[in-house]
Amino acid sequence: MPTITDPDTVPAPRPAASVPAIKFENVEKRFGDNVVLKDLNFEVARGDRVTLIGPSGSGKTTILRLVMTLEELSGGYIYIDGEPLTHEERDGKRVELGEKAQKQIRKRIGMVFQQFNLFPNMSVLENIIEAPVHVLGQSKEQATARAMELLESVGLPDKADAHPLELSGGQQQRVAIARALAMDPEILLLDEVTSALDPEIVGEVLGILRHIADTTDITMLIVTHEMQFARDVSNRVMMFDGGKVVEEATPEVMFTNPQHERTQSFLQAVLGNGEDQIGTR
Amino acid sequence: MEANFAALAEAAPRIWEGLGITLLLTLGGALLAIVIAVVLGLGARLNNVFLRGICRVFIEFFRGTSLVVQLFFFFFVLPQLGVDLPAMVCGILGLGLNYGAYCAEVVRGSINSVPTGQWEATTALSLSKAQRMRRIIFPQAWALMIPSLTNYLIHMLKGTAIVSFITLADLTFHTEQLRQDTNTFFAYGVSLVIYFVLAYILTLMMKGLEVQAKHKLGRGESLRDTLSLKAPDTAVAAEGGKG
Ligand SMILES: Nc1ncnc2c1ncn2[C@@H]1O[C@H](COP(=O)(O)OP(=O)(O)O)[C@@H](O)[C@H]1O
Ligand SMILES: [Mg+2]
Repeated sequence: MPTITDPDTVPAPRPAASVPAIKFENVEKRFGDNVVLKDLNFEVARGDRVTLIGPSGSGKTTILRLVMTLEELSGGYIYIDGEPLTHEERDGKRVELGEKAQKQIRKRIGMVFQQFNLFPNMSVLENIIEAPVHVLGQSKEQATARAMELLESVGLPDKADAHPLELSGGQQQRVAIARALAMDPEILLLDEVTSALDPEIVGEVLGILRHIADTTDITMLIVTHEMQFARDVSNRVMMFDGGKVVEEATPEVMFTNPQHERTQSFLQAVLGNGEDQIGTR
Repeated sequence: MEANFAALAEAAPRIWEGLGITLLLTLGGALLAIVIAVVLGLGARLNNVFLRGICRVFIEFFRGTSLVVQLFFFFFVLPQLGVDLPAMVCGILGLGLNYGAYCAEVVRGSINSVPTGQWEATTALSLSKAQRMRRIIFPQAWALMIPSLTNYLIHMLKGTAIVSFITLADLTFHTEQLRQDTNTFFAYGVSLVIYFVLAYILTLMMKGLEVQAKHKLGRGESLRDTLSLKAPDTAVAAEGGKG
């Protein structure tokens, strides 16, 4: 961590390590009458790799989408580096922030989707440099150089001029990862990024994410069914059910010795009967 | 029969001129229509209730009133209000507004049918609303709109025939003249053939645009491949030239 001695002379100091990268405060999310999240409170420290687990429909995707501002917050607050993301409290009232303010915060967050969502009207390279050039204001040369580095690191240096739809699902997802990283996000959201892939391809994508986890200090919020991957990459696992955090622990504890009955039955259902299959795989 | 063809040959220069008027109306109307369609189509999606309302009223008004009445209004009523527009301008205006309103719905619908994931990806990359539309959504929606726009373009071509009501001597006007020197069967037969050929050429051109737009989205071969029979090496040369 850099030590900041004189805040006035240091441009845009990164928040101190004690300020959480993500903070949910009394978060509520409703879809019509369906209350998906209620009074949800949790924090993710900077550099943390948190995996969310829980039964289908428990609200894991919704949490990631709220952080990415893809869903409207029904109540409560989300803070990124201590700064409000979409709403803040002013004179005891909950007010929505303007688009400009929201964008400043949003720029620090990246997301990789289950369905990749590459832009089909652009080449692979154009997909990656689009936001760095048009949002961050990088020069085309600068953005291209960085994009080529990233393509190299996801093992696709020769695909720069390819069209996204010419690539396999695994390759598309690797491009999508490169595209997210090109924005140098502080926070990366990964929502079941291997679920749409053929089983034999899952490994190549997870390998790249492991590498990113090992070589960067990006804060990650991960939803996955790949429990081995969750165990390898994350330092914290949160079990959700009914829109609440049922249990939270290190992966070692969570996967070998879960305390809560809901967690036990969920993991049993996901992993089959062998208690610590994960550790021995 | 020979007399008919002699009359046709004699009328050919006038028919040629009429053809020019018809084409000018069609292309002018189409250009105006596409501009109006994009403006209203985008406007009908705005968050601002007021602006959105204006666009909706505009669309519904010009879709809901007849083209003939609109033309009459521009040509016969506006002069009484002190606005005297040439017949050609009235024609293009009427066609453009009428078909623009229809095409606005096509534009709006196509934009809405670009998959949600594309919109969400632009949010995840922090693109602004304008960048999102201009660089990501519209180019994809464009490929979706072309088939419907082609339909309306052909409709418009045929719709130009009513401008003889406002004194424009278009293709229909001159073939009507031809009828007096020949007979009904012959004159309308000629008319049918000419309109059909025009419509077919327009359809082919639009098909070309569609192939190109789809190819840009990674679906289907390039226009060059579609047109050329000795595809492979020329296609490679074209790709290489792009970079
Ligand atoms: N756009 C939406 N409209 C209505 N309900 C939704 C929408 N998105 C999610 N939900 C509901 O929210 C709940 C949580 O969904 P989700 O966050 O996708 O769960 P998970 O990712 O844990 O499977 C589900 O009951 C789902 O039906
Ligand atoms: Mg989900």
